[in-house]
Amino acid sequence: MSREREKGMSIIVKTITRLTVGLILLYGIYILSHGHVTPGGGFAGGIIIALSFVHLMLAYGKDVALAKLPKGVTSFLEGTAAIAFLSIALLGFMTGYFFLNFLSKGEEFRLFSAGIIPLCNIVISIKVGAGLFAIFAALVLLKFEPEKKEKRK
Amino acid sequence: MLELYILLVFMIIGAIIAIEVNDLLSSVVAVGAVGLGLSIVFLILKAPDVAITQLVVEILALIILIRATLRKDLPFSTSGRWLLNTLITICFIAVALLVAGKCFNDLPEFGYPIMRVASTYLKEGLAKTGATNLVAAVILDYRAFDTLGEATVLFTAVIGVLAVVRKVGRKKIGEKVREEDE
Repeated sequence: MSREREKGMSIIVKTITRLTVGLILLYGIYILSHGHVTPGGGFAGGIIIALSFVHLMLAYGKDVALAKLPKGVTSFLEGTAAIAFLSIALLGFMTGYFFLNFLSKGEEFRLFSAGIIPLCNIVISIKVGAGLFAIFAALVLLKFEPEKKEKRK
Repeated sequence: MLELYILLVFMIIGAIIAIEVNDLLSSVVAVGAVGLGLSIVFLILKAPDVAITQLVVEILALIILIRATLRKDLPFSTSGRWLLNTLITICFIAVALLVAGKCFNDLPEFGYPIMRVASTYLKEGLAKTGATNLVAAVILDYRAFDTLGEATVLFTAVIGVLAVVRKVGRKKIGEKVREEDE
């Protein structure tokens, strides 16, 4: 069972995944970038982006997905995004207080508006997506080791 | 209101099935049905932000549950001190009902919140933050400090999981389990 799983699922699932995984990624980017205009936001968008990689991992096996997004890169993105979120908050001290919305508000109902809120959404989405994909990858990689050892014994 | 009660009954039945059924996969699917019902409840109550987040987190949690934990031999005990457990459960339910009865009298009526702080946000949110989605305005401008705390919690959780399942710790855990099995 584990050997079949490593190769991935059947050709039907692989074809459908090849067609839909880009759309899922694009939908996640839409959700996070329009978080200040329509419902959604950084958290949901980040999880949808992570789900597109999870989708890839479920259909094609762990090697393909980890080649696109290695574990070291997810850890790096997670930490960098956390520091970036904190530094956006600290930049408010330049003209005022913590988490000051120091950029210009812009015109309503536009994509480039609302000051630092879109920046925070992007940073949070990278952090959430990378973190949850790292958890999923760690749990998947954990799964195969004990089974192989038991089979050898 | 009627569809809300139908969904609530559906969710309660799903939760009971998730506890009572013997097959792990069926249990996970029942939990997923409960989460889907909750997301539809949020949609009916006109909270699309929470509905999107609930649906997406539910999907990811179910995938992690099915993919990462289902094929493991987890310790599963059905025997034990059922009399004591039942007594403790009944005591906790009774205390919870008592406290809830006291608390629910003071709550405002369903659908008519007090809106002491929120009315200010509704009036001034668009002008002060420029964000059309007021939920984003609240969580990333008015209450951004809470979001920083939530991000810290998630960061700590990820670091904790990665630390627990890393290679050095993994062998020790595997050895312990094998000893218990033998």
